[in-house]
Formats: sequence, structure tokens, C-alpha cells
Amino acid sequence: MTSTGGTPAGAPAGPVAAPRLYRSSDGRVLAGVARGLSDHLGVDVLLVRLAFILLAAAGGAGVVMYGLFWVFAPQNPFEADQPRDRERDLTMLLALASLTIGGLILLHALGLGFGPGLAVPLAVVGIGVAILWRQADDDARQRWRVATGAHRLTGAARVGVGAALVIVGAGAILVGPAKMGGTTGGLVAALVVVAGLALVSSPWWLQMARELSAERNARIREQERAEVAAHVHDSVLHTLTLIQRHVDDPREVTRLARSQERELRGWLYRGRADPDQDLAAALERAAAEVEDAHGIAIEVVVVGDCPMDEHLAALRDAAREALVNAAKYAGGAPVSLYAEVEPDQVTAFVRDRGPGFDPDDVPEDRLGLRQSVRGRMSRNGGTAVVRSAPGDGTEVQLEMPRDTSRARSAT
Amino acid sequence: MTDDTPPATPVGAPPRRVRVVLVDDHRMFRSGVRAELGDFVDAVEIVGEAEDVPQAVTVITATRPDVVLLDVHLPGGGGRAVLQEVVTELPDVKFLALSVSDAPEDVISVVRGGARGYVTKSITGPELAAAVRRVADGDAVFSPRLAGFVLDAFAATTDLATVDEDLDRLSQREREVLRLIARGYTYKEVGKALFISVKTVETHVSAVLRKLQLSNRHELTRWASARRLV
Repeated sequence: MTSTGGTPAGAPAGPVAAPRLYRSSDGRVLAGVARGLSDHLGVDVLLVRLAFILLAAAGGAGVVMYGLFWVFAPQNPFEADQPRDRERDLTMLLALASLTIGGLILLHALGLGFGPGLAVPLAVVGIGVAILWRQADDDARQRWRVATGAHRLTGAARVGVGAALVIVGAGAILVGPAKMGGTTGGLVAALVVVAGLALVSSPWWLQMARELSAERNARIREQERAEVAAHVHDSVLHTLTLIQRHVDDPREVTRLARSQERELRGWLYRGRADPDQDLAAALERAAAEVEDAHGIAIEVVVVGDCPMDEHLAALRDAAREALVNAAKYAGGAPVSLYAEVEPDQVTAFVRDRGPGFDPDDVPEDRLGLRQSVRGRMSRNGGTAVVRSAPGDGTEVQLEMPRDTSRARSAT
Repeated sequence: MTDDTPPATPVGAPPRRVRVVLVDDHRMFRSGVRAELGDFVDAVEIVGEAEDVPQAVTVITATRPDVVLLDVHLPGGGGRAVLQEVVTELPDVKFLALSVSDAPEDVISVVRGGARGYVTKSITGPELAAAVRRVADGDAVFSPRLAGFVLDAFAATTDLATVDEDLDRLSQREREVLRLIARGYTYKEVGKALFISVKTVETHVSAVLRKLQLSNRHELTRWASARRLV
């Protein structure tokens, strides 16, 4: 609908069915109030403007009226071309300033005298409130109204009390200085005004705070989702692609799947110990390395934990040797590593369910293993025992006294 | 089950088949278990499946199976919730926890909730069939990992004044049995190594399970949540 479209379709013509009062941006000078009024009343826009100017000259009433119309008459929603924001802000500021000044002139003319010391802060407060209201887009204002009316009774009570405070405070500011004298009375009155405004506007502030925190939560969730997505993409999807490429190589597929499983578990259950500091983590890492290198699955169970030292590093290396050997000779049968930390020693068992061998008829390479594992252990004060029988798998038992017991037996 | 029955072969088991309900929220995993247990149709019969807690309660109540294979992580409260709903009303139904998790707090919580054992999903078909039979016979099933957890939990030093000797401590023999299980020994191999019968091994393991379920040691819970092993 434009300024020329007088009557809505279907509505009977006449003053009763006059078009709703909108501010019109089509052919406006300031905010389009005069234009809108002329559409609404069916009067020439020039006459309306003349009336406003005459009234403005009469103690500022015209300016106040213009301002009121501007605040309460909505923008014509059927007009497509909205004024650009910057332009609107500027004209709005101008209009607000004239509204305020006009209001002050009117009050002065009515004999409610007040000094410039109060007029200026009052004007600032008025402009601030008006700007806040005008700048909010229609959606926000709608939400504010909803928030205000959420609990109708208490909401109405709060608005009433707040408005009363504002009025009382404003009255005190206007008449106060004469009666109470001094700046203290004015200060108290100003505080009352501020309290009233805060009370009236409290649901809006609450609403804004709530929106802010909701937005922050959404952002955090979004970040977490992005992190998970990135991790799944970088590791799991990548591994799945590799697995599809290696379908003909069961060992490689096992290795890939197993290594991805370890990585994913480590990521899910964070806060794992440092493999350079703690025995359990060190053994788990050693087993993981053997799994990766030989494409087998090793079940690791560690009971207790203790800090690493050079002797336990030897135990770890010996255990790794035994695991490598099991991986080579067990023929894909399950391999397990069990370690237990006791007060005076650490024991580790590497067991496979492979073909096994007769300890009295030891092949050369097995002898080599036994010597390397045994040598490593004995050089560090520990022992190694290999048990095996044909058809019964192999078990390597490693024992290493702990530092504390060595220190105790030395004294 | 006789002392001579090898745990990994259900051959020679009593003729009555063990009726099993499978509770897991992953359909692919359920069909995988079905296929693996399909090789043991003479010993195990799957009479129902469920994919969440309410469905599990309904199916278990309706079919009254011998054994429920119970996933630790389920929509609607996890395996623990199923146990809470069913255990007291159907005391004859045995539960065997099955999980990929391996997280101590999960394992300890389902076992303390009434499960007769815990195995990981990497278990082989024959091992699973044997474990189901064992649980149906009223024995406990300890995987190496569960044995490790229990040893670890009970090894934690505790205030001697508050210890209930019957429940809060493992006997030397029980400790030896658990150690061998943690090393990957089957019950039969444990018996051989300790010169005792398989039945005696089972008795020891069941005793440990009872302690695990009844002990009030707050260390158990604290240990489980403090240790986030994988």
C-alpha cells in the first residue's frame, strides 16, 4: 500500500474506515509522520505540516506531538523500500533532540520552572530510553513484550511500581530543589528515577542475559562437535579408507584396525599416564609397537603401577623382545602380556598359544632370544624363565626386584 | 559340568541347550554373535534379542532365558539399569556382561550390579559358547582383564580396622587363581598349574565374584573411577 491507496479493498469508504495510521517513508521529510497523518486523515500533507509548525511555535507542543506520533505510529509495513539505517538513525536523533527540547520549553512555559542543572540529565535520560526503544528491531520489541507479560500480574505490578517511582522521582526533581534545597534532594530523586527505570526494564535485561548465555552454550557445543568431527575425519575415516585399500592383506588390515582402536581408546579415555614415567603405560606402548610392527593383537593386563627406572626399562625391553618373538613364532595365535607390580618386585609374563617347543631341543633362534632376554634381565639384577612344551604355547616369565627393596637389602 | 570338561568345548555338556537373550544396541554386533554361536546350536539357543533397556526388560521377562548376554552401554541407562529391573524378580536368570569398553568403572559396576562375569567383545565364538555354558551352570566367568581389575582393586591398601576379613580380602589361593587367569590361563590350565581340579578353580572364582559384589570396600568404587585404564 502506498500513500495514494486510500481504502483497503473490501472495506466501506468513509471516515470510520480510514486507513490505519502508519508512518510513511514515501515522500517523508523527517520520519514520515505528517505524510502518514495526511494519508490517514485524507488531508493534504502541506496542511498537516503547517499545523505541526504552528503548534511547535506555540510553546513546543507541535514538536512533542510529532515525537509522540513518531514513537507510536508504526512504519508502514507494505512499503518495500526501507530507509537505510544510518539515515534513519540520524533523523531519529534530530527528532529526539527536538522532541526533548520542545518538551522542556513546554514545561517551562507551563510554569514548572527548573534549572539547567536538572534539565540536562533529564534530557539525557529521555533520549537514552527513546534510543533504546527505537533501535530495537520489531522482533526484539516483540520478545520484550512477551518477557514483560510472561507473568502478567507480577509484570503489571512491577511496571506499575517502576512507573510510580519514575513519576515520583521526576516530580521530586522538578519541585524538590525548591522545598528540600541543595543537591542532596536532587540526587536522591535521581536515584529513585533510576531505580524505577531499572525495575521496569528488568525483564528485558534478564532476557538479554539469557540470550547471551544460550548463544555461548550453543557456540561451545558447536566447537565440541567440530572437534569430534575433525578427529573422526582425521583418524577413523582415514583408517577405514586404508582398510578398504588393503582388503587382500589380512595382516595389514588387522594392524590398521588394531592401531586405530588403540588410538581411539586413548582419545576417549584421556588422561593416560606418560609412557616414559610409568611402568604400565610403558608396557602398553611397547605392546602397541609390537602390534604395529607385526600385525598381531596383544592383550595387555597390568596390575598396579610404579615409576620407571633403568631396571624397569630393561624389563620393558625384555618384555618387548619376548612379544616380538611370540609374534613371529606363534603363527597368529593370541598373545598376552600380564604384569604385576608388587611391593618388592615387578613380574611380567608374555604368553602365546602358538605351537610351542621342547625346551630340551631348542632351536638356534630361540636360544638367541633366551640369551638376549635373559642377558638383559640378569645384567639388571632380574631373572627370566622360559616355559614351553610342544602344542602348549610358550610363556616367558620376567622378574625384576624393585629399587626400594634393593635399597632396603643393601642397608 | 565335570572337572574334565574342557572350557572351550561344549561337547559333552548336558543335553539341554542354554537359552540365551542377546542385549546390545548394535544390530551388526548381535547378528555377529548369532552367527558365531550358530556353530554351537547343540549347546546354545538364542531365544530373544533387545536393543535398549525397556525392550530388554520386556524380552527377558517374557522369555525367562538361562543367560542374558548384556552389553554394558545401552540406551536408557546401560546394562546396570537392566540388572536393577530384573535381578531381584528373576533370580534364576544369569547375566554375562559383554562390552568393548574395558573401562574399570563400567566393568565393576555391572559385576557389582549382579552380572556373573565379564568378557570383552573380542572374545572368540568357542570361548563365548563356553562362557555362556559356564554362567548357566552358576559359575563365574573372569576374563584376563577382569581378573586384573579385581587384583588391582583388592590390592589397594586399606585401613585394617574397617576390613571385613570374609569379604574385603582375597585369600592367597584366590589371588593365585586370579593371577593365572590374568596371565591368560584357561580354568583347566589354572587347575593343572596349581594341582587342583577345575571345579575347585570355579569355586575360587565364584568366591571372588561374591566378594566383589558384596564387599563394602569403598576403595572398589573409588579405584574403579580413579583408574581409567583402556
